[in-house]
Amino acid sequence: MRNNRINTWLYRHKGARAALLLALPVLWLAVAYLGSLVVMLVSSLWSVDSFTGNTVHSLSFTNFHTLITQRVYSTIAIRSITVAVAVTLIDGLLAIPIALFISKVLKPKFRSVVIAFVLVPLWASYLVKTYAWRSMFSDGGVISWALKPFGLHGPGFGLPATTITLAYLWLPYMILPIYAGLDRLPNTLLEASSDLGASARRTFTSIILPIIYPAIIAGSIFTFSLSLGDYIVVKIVGGTTQLVANVIADNVGTAGNLPFAAAMALLPIGTILGYLFIVRRSGALENF
Amino acid sequence: MYLSRRAKILLASLTFGTLSFIYIPLLVVALNSFNPSRTFSWPPQSLSTVWWGRLTESNGVLPAIASSIKVGLGATAIALILGTCIAFAVSRYSFYGKNTLSLLVIFPIALPGIITGIALNTTFHTLLDPLNKQLALWTVVVGHATFCIVVVYNNVLARLRRLGQSLEEASQDLGANIFQTFRYITFPLVRSALVAGGLLAFALSFDEIVVTTFTAGPGTQTLPQWIFNNLFRPNQAPIVNVVATMLIVLFIFPVWLSQRISQDGSAGGRL
Amino acid sequence: MRTKKIVIASFAALGLAIASATAGVAASLPNIAALKTLGKGEGSLNIIVWAGYAENGSNDKTVDWVNPFTKATGCKVNAKTAGTSDEMVSLMKTGGYDGVSASGDASLRLIYGGQVAPVNTALVPNYKTISPFLKMQQWNSAGGKMYGIPHGWGANVLAYNAAKVKKPTSWSVVFDANSPYKGAITAYDSPIYIADAAVYLMSTKPALKITNPYSLDKTQLAAAVALLKVQKKNVGEYWSDYTKSVQSFESGNTLLGSSWQVIANTINGDKKVTVSSVVPKEGATGWSDTWMISAKAQHPNCMYQWMNWITSPTVNAQVAEYFGEAPSQTLACSHTADKAFCTTYHATDAAYAKKIWYWTTPTTSCLDGRGNICTDYAAWTQAWTSIKG
Repeated sequence: MRNNRINTWLYRHKGARAALLLALPVLWLAVAYLGSLVVMLVSSLWSVDSFTGNTVHSLSFTNFHTLITQRVYSTIAIRSITVAVAVTLIDGLLAIPIALFISKVLKPKFRSVVIAFVLVPLWASYLVKTYAWRSMFSDGGVISWALKPFGLHGPGFGLPATTITLAYLWLPYMILPIYAGLDRLPNTLLEASSDLGASARRTFTSIILPIIYPAIIAGSIFTFSLSLGDYIVVKIVGGTTQLVANVIADNVGTAGNLPFAAAMALLPIGTILGYLFIVRRSGALENF
Repeated sequence: MYLSRRAKILLASLTFGTLSFIYIPLLVVALNSFNPSRTFSWPPQSLSTVWWGRLTESNGVLPAIASSIKVGLGATAIALILGTCIAFAVSRYSFYGKNTLSLLVIFPIALPGIITGIALNTTFHTLLDPLNKQLALWTVVVGHATFCIVVVYNNVLARLRRLGQSLEEASQDLGANIFQTFRYITFPLVRSALVAGGLLAFALSFDEIVVTTFTAGPGTQTLPQWIFNNLFRPNQAPIVNVVATMLIVLFIFPVWLSQRISQDGSAGGRL
Repeated sequence: MRTKKIVIASFAALGLAIASATAGVAASLPNIAALKTLGKGEGSLNIIVWAGYAENGSNDKTVDWVNPFTKATGCKVNAKTAGTSDEMVSLMKTGGYDGVSASGDASLRLIYGGQVAPVNTALVPNYKTISPFLKMQQWNSAGGKMYGIPHGWGANVLAYNAAKVKKPTSWSVVFDANSPYKGAITAYDSPIYIADAAVYLMSTKPALKITNPYSLDKTQLAAAVALLKVQKKNVGEYWSDYTKSVQSFESGNTLLGSSWQVIANTINGDKKVTVSSVVPKEGATGWSDTWMISAKAQHPNCMYQWMNWITSPTVNAQVAEYFGEAPSQTLACSHTADKAFCTTYHATDAAYAKKIWYWTTPTTSCLDGRGNICTDYAAWTQAWTSIKG
């Protein structure tokens, strides 16, 4: 049987099996995707004819010179990283209690229902959720309506609004890995800890936190990179604020200056790659 | 258990608070879909289903939903194939560049969408311009599949790691060949991971706007693009709310179902 | 380890090779031929338009000249709305569009970038009766050839919420550091807005000797940037998407600012808020739009038919009234619903048309003839980023 002969050959040649499995994915990811990234980064060394908008294919460092000498770009970079860190912290603080509650306090039969409730907002359009926040933050929207009896004012459009909205959008991406990590944590460990006399808080800081630490890092990769790369939320609720991703988007879409956008893109790429390499050791990447 | 009653109440109230935070904007959206005023003054003065009736009249929303479904199915199919291949390769074999590949799989989702979008856009133009062809629906599918791979990969890898190879070895000891083993033993065991991963991949693709913006041609319009174009239009914005509310309600059941299916310890599907 | 280095190096080399595929174009006038004869319509058309230029009834059921066009010619229209001239130039470079409604600060860039082809005006019968002062102008012609069909022109107005803002007479309400409308001001989100600051400075700081708001040397540009940085503190939102500006006015987040008549018209049509507009005493920037056809148009016949349709008397009147601009078609004046429309908008008044500072791309070679000391659009773009901070 021909089938049998193929089968035997494959069985004997382990390398061929691996190669067959890897051929298509490697072509897709390593050649097509990585290749595209490299090409884009190389284009950061070019420039654009300011009049016609056509690319000038001669190597120069003018883009990097501009980024370093003009102070506004470092202001924008620091602002963007601060927002990303703030969003990650907020989401971490919100995610841990809810993940703990669902995995350790709720009865098992309710868990899938409540987790489904956490996940369902992922299906509501990202744009619509952002727009809902815009109407909530606007003059006469829900937030100022709720704060009026206390004589307070809503934050309006701007950096705080952007941070809150981003924290809102990426919260499920932080809850899921932490929940998965907690779910894998055997309850016997926790019982043993309390048998040995530890309070709930001590158990949390000495047992739970170290074990779910990789899961928290995994979630933080999402919130950090999604916040650093977002340009739409700030356009909708950010008022006049500019973030790194805006400058990139504006330079690609409106100014048609791809080389400059690519140069600017090195910041988020470098930051995220750097973060990925650092956390690789913590085992967070297994936790995705 | 080991948690004092006070601790449990604290956690419960924090959970309730977080869930309210999550759902209040969604309720605002749902409420606005019934708000006949076109500028969503708050609080709504009256309720009416006028926008729900206009859904079919609306300019372009139904073709946009159809495009999004097509793109989602295409991207999920590709991601299922490629993600499963990589998962099998990484869990069962050792090869040159294994660590790099498992890092590379994460790139499309870890790097900002705008960067993936711009990079792919440049490549597509370089390839298609000489042939005088344009960006189309398939270029969007390629873009989406690229970042959906990791979702399937993680789910299948987790399942494969937990399964181990003993069942497959037993099957082959009993005389089944590679294909039979895969068909009768391996596939049924990883099927639920594929479903969970596939559903999450479809969700990611369905709601994606940034990569789509850079990989879609002039004639293509997915649902997120339609929403983006109509978000602020006085006559169309209420319909956006209707569509969003519809999507939320429609997907509660499949999401819950996928949770139940992948319940055997893989805890809610992996991102 | 060495294999890794080889792999990385070959990736980089591959990257450079692929990336050198597209060639740049020199700054001389590209040689592109105009269409010789008009054939049958191709069945579809992809155009880039300013908001309000290609209405198909989705915004207002009674405002539709796209569906009648499709019925008359069989060309199905796919219109992409762009918010700024920069976006339009960028979209045209992708090569997927047949035509664009280009303003003066995009048209020359498109011509010299080889993105658009000259227009064979004999194939557009309605061209004959277009206002003569719009033909063969500096922004829509080059090398003795006409590169488009004029559409209409108008000024960037100062729009204001009639109930909450006293009728302004000067741009100082949006430029003054102590403006009473702090936080509720809007401004156009494009580097070209620097010219509006320059127009204001022409009246308030004559010592700067600005004669043309698009010809700014380094000192003059610095003064304009300083003014805009002061304004930024009072701006609530910058706008480029006109629907976002509409929503912003209607929700009360914005009370006044630089705007287009179509935005005011749309807001007033909703009857939630009343917005009036005025051209302040210092004057205003504006635009003069030209329909241009792509050099790589896949549907050239449909594009020519569109250019003829949009400049026909009835349709040009419809567009002009909906948008709030002066129509290019002289015969349109007898077709407007408001009989005084053309008078209000000075449609056939060549002298008035000369007074508006139409969007033009700034170049290092000064437009007022002072030599090569002016700042170009790249400098304006960088300045704009630093203004927004």
